[in-house]
Amino acid sequence: MLGYIIKRLSLAVLIIVFAITLLFVMIHSIPGDPVSTMLGPRATPELKASLEERMGLNEPLPVQIAYFFTNAITGNLGTDVFTNRPVTSIIGEQLSYTLMLIFASISWSALLGIFLGCYSAIKRNTISDKILAVLSVSFIATPSFVVSLYSLLFFSVYLGWLPAIGAGDSDDLWDQLIHLVLPAFSIGLSWVGYIARLVRASMLEIMSENHIRTARAFGLPRRWVIYRYALRLAILPTITVIGVGMGFLLSAAVFAEIVFSRPGLGKLVIDSITTRNYPVVMGSVLLSTIIFVVSTTLSDIINAMLDPRIGRQL
Amino acid sequence: MTILDVRNLSVDYETEQGTLRALRDVSFTIEDNKIVGVVGESGCGKSTLISSIINLLANNAVLSSGEIIFQGKDIVRLSEDEMRDILGVGVSIIFQDPMQTHNPVLTVGRQMMDIQYRDKTSKEKKKEAAIDMLRVVGIPDPESRLSQYPHEFSGGMRQRIAIAMALMVKPSLLIADEPTTALDATLEVQIIEKLRELQGKINCSILFISHHLGVIAELCDEVIVMYAGEIVEHGDVRDVFHNARHPYTQALFACDPGRIKEKSKNLPTIKGSIPNLIDLPSGCIFKHRCTQRISVCDTSPAMHRVSEKQQAKCHLLTQGKN
Ligand SMILES: Nc1ncnc2c1ncn2[C@@H]1O[C@H](COP(=O)(O)OP(=O)(O)OP(=O)(O)O)[C@@H](O)[C@H]1O
Ligand code: SF4
Ligand SMILES: [Mg+2]
Repeated sequence: MLGYIIKRLSLAVLIIVFAITLLFVMIHSIPGDPVSTMLGPRATPELKASLEERMGLNEPLPVQIAYFFTNAITGNLGTDVFTNRPVTSIIGEQLSYTLMLIFASISWSALLGIFLGCYSAIKRNTISDKILAVLSVSFIATPSFVVSLYSLLFFSVYLGWLPAIGAGDSDDLWDQLIHLVLPAFSIGLSWVGYIARLVRASMLEIMSENHIRTARAFGLPRRWVIYRYALRLAILPTITVIGVGMGFLLSAAVFAEIVFSRPGLGKLVIDSITTRNYPVVMGSVLLSTIIFVVSTTLSDIINAMLDPRIGRQL
Repeated sequence: MTILDVRNLSVDYETEQGTLRALRDVSFTIEDNKIVGVVGESGCGKSTLISSIINLLANNAVLSSGEIIFQGKDIVRLSEDEMRDILGVGVSIIFQDPMQTHNPVLTVGRQMMDIQYRDKTSKEKKKEAAIDMLRVVGIPDPESRLSQYPHEFSGGMRQRIAIAMALMVKPSLLIADEPTTALDATLEVQIIEKLRELQGKINCSILFISHHLGVIAELCDEVIVMYAGEIVEHGDVRDVFHNARHPYTQALFACDPGRIKEKSKNLPTIKGSIPNLIDLPSGCIFKHRCTQRISVCDTSPAMHRVSEKQQAKCHLLTQGKN
C-alpha cells in the first residue's frame, strides 16, 4: 500500500512539472510583447527594459523555468508586477474561496447523486427511475453558467431569497454559507445528474454479480446488501471520475466566480491574463494544476484503500 | 418427514431470441436427512432449479408454474422479508463458481461474521465459530487468514470457504452446486467425507449437484437425472446406478470416465447435443439422440414408476421392452 502511494505521488510531481513547462512554452509563444501591453504604447525603451528585467523576461526560457521551480519549492512565486505584493499571498487570499466553492459543489452533488443512483438502480425500470433518468440527462446537458444566470435571476433578483453577488462577510460564517448556495448549486447540478447515472450503471452491474447473490442467499439485511456489499464496489468508478473531474470543476468555478462576482482563483486568473500579470498567472495555474493532480492522486489512493485488489497488484 | 417438495415446477428465461424453457414440469421431494444428487449435462437446468428453490432467479426468469414447498411453506409465494427468515437459517447454499462467490472488497472474516448476524452472541464467539469452521474444511492457519480478502485465496480454498459458510448456519437443507469442481481429487474425497460427517452431525438434508457420477454414488441416497430441463429418471442411487431405465441415464453411465475399464484413445460420448430450449421439439425430449427410439417417441412420455424407489420418463417402460 505504502509503495503504491509513493509511486502515485512521484507520478503526481512529474505531471506538475510537465504541465508547468508546457504552460511556460505556451505563454511565451503568444504573439505580442508582454511588456508593451502592460506599459501601454507610450512607454520608453528604458522603462520596458527595467520591467523586463524585474519580471525575468530577459533570461532564456529554460532559465526562466528553472528559476520558477526553484523559487516555487520555497513558496516564492514572485511578486505582482503592479502592486509588488508576493504572489503567494495574493493567491492564498483567493484560494480559500475557490476551494470552499469546489468542496461545497462536489459534496452536495456527490451525496445526492450517489443516493439517486442507488435509488434508480433499486427501482430500475419503474416510473421513478425513468423520471430520474430524464432529469439526470437534462442536468448533465445544462451548462453551469446557464444555471448560474437563471438561478441568479430567479432566486436573487425575482424572489430575493438569496444574495446575488460576493462571497459574504468574512467574519460571518452564516453569511458566507448563504453566499455559497447559488454558485455551488450551479456548479454541482450537472454533477448530480452525472454521478447518479454513473452510480446507477455500476450498481446494476454489481448487483447482478454472483457475490451479491451469495449475500442474499444468506438472508443478509437488504441495507447491508445494498450499502456494504454492493455500493462499496459500485462507488469506485465514481471516485475516479470525481478526481479527474476536478479540472472541469475548476473551470466551472471560474464561470461561477465571474457571474456571482465572487473572489477566487478563477477571477484572479482572468484578471491577470487581461493585464498580462505573468507572475500571478503562473502562480495561479501552478496551483490549479496542483489541485487537479492532488485530487486525481487522492482518488486513486482512496480507490486503492477501498479495493484491496488494486493496492496489492501494483 | 418431507423437507422440500417441488411440484410441477416450470421456469422460463426471456431472451432476445425468444422464451427459453429452462425447466419443465419438474417434481421431486427431499426427505429429512437424505442426500439427493442431481446429474445432467451442462445447460440442463441444474442451477436454475436451485435458484428457484432459494427464490433468487435471474431478473429475466419467470417461474411460470409450480409450487416449492419448504417446511410447509410455498416459497414461490413468500415476500422478500419472509424469504429472509428462511435463507441462511433453514436453507443455505454453496454456489457453483468459487471465484466469484465472495465479495472482493470485504475480508473473509467480515463475510463469515456477517452471515451470523442473527445470533445474539458476542463478536468474539462469532469469530471463533468462523475460525472453527475454516479449520473443519481444512484451511490452514485460519486465525490469521480471517483478515484476508478473497483474492488472496486459491480457487480450491475459496470453494472450501464457501462450504464452511454454508455449513456454519447449520441449515436443515444444504444446497451444493458442484461444490468440488475446483478441488483436486484428494481434497474432493476429504471434503465429501467432511460433508457426510457434518450432515450426520447437524442432521440436514443435502441437494447435491455434480457432474461427477462417482461422487454422487459415494455420497448420495437418491439421484435425479436431468436432461434439457426435465427430470428423466429419479430413484435410489443403488437402483439407478445398477439398473438405469432411461436411455439417457444409460448413455450417461456408458460415457462416465470413472466406469470405463479399458484404456481407449477416444472417450465415448453421447452423439448430438442438447436440443434448443427456445424452440422445443415435440415428443420425447431425448429422441434426437436416443438409440432406442420407437415410433411413439414423437409423443411425450409420462413419468413411469418402475419400482417403489425408481421412476423414469420413457415410452419403452410402458411398451414392456426395457
Ligand atoms: N439468466 C439467463 N438468461 C437466459 N438464459 C439462461 C439464464 N441462465 C441460464 N440460462 C439458460 O438456461 C438453461 C439452463 O441453465 P443452467 O445454468 O440452469 O444449467 P446448468 O445445468 O446449471 O449448467 P452447468 O452444468 O453448466 O452449470 C441453459 O440453456 C442456459 O443457457
Ligand atoms: S421415449 Fe423414446 S426417444 Fe425418448 S428416451 Fe424413451 S425410447 Fe428414447
Ligand atoms: Mg450450473
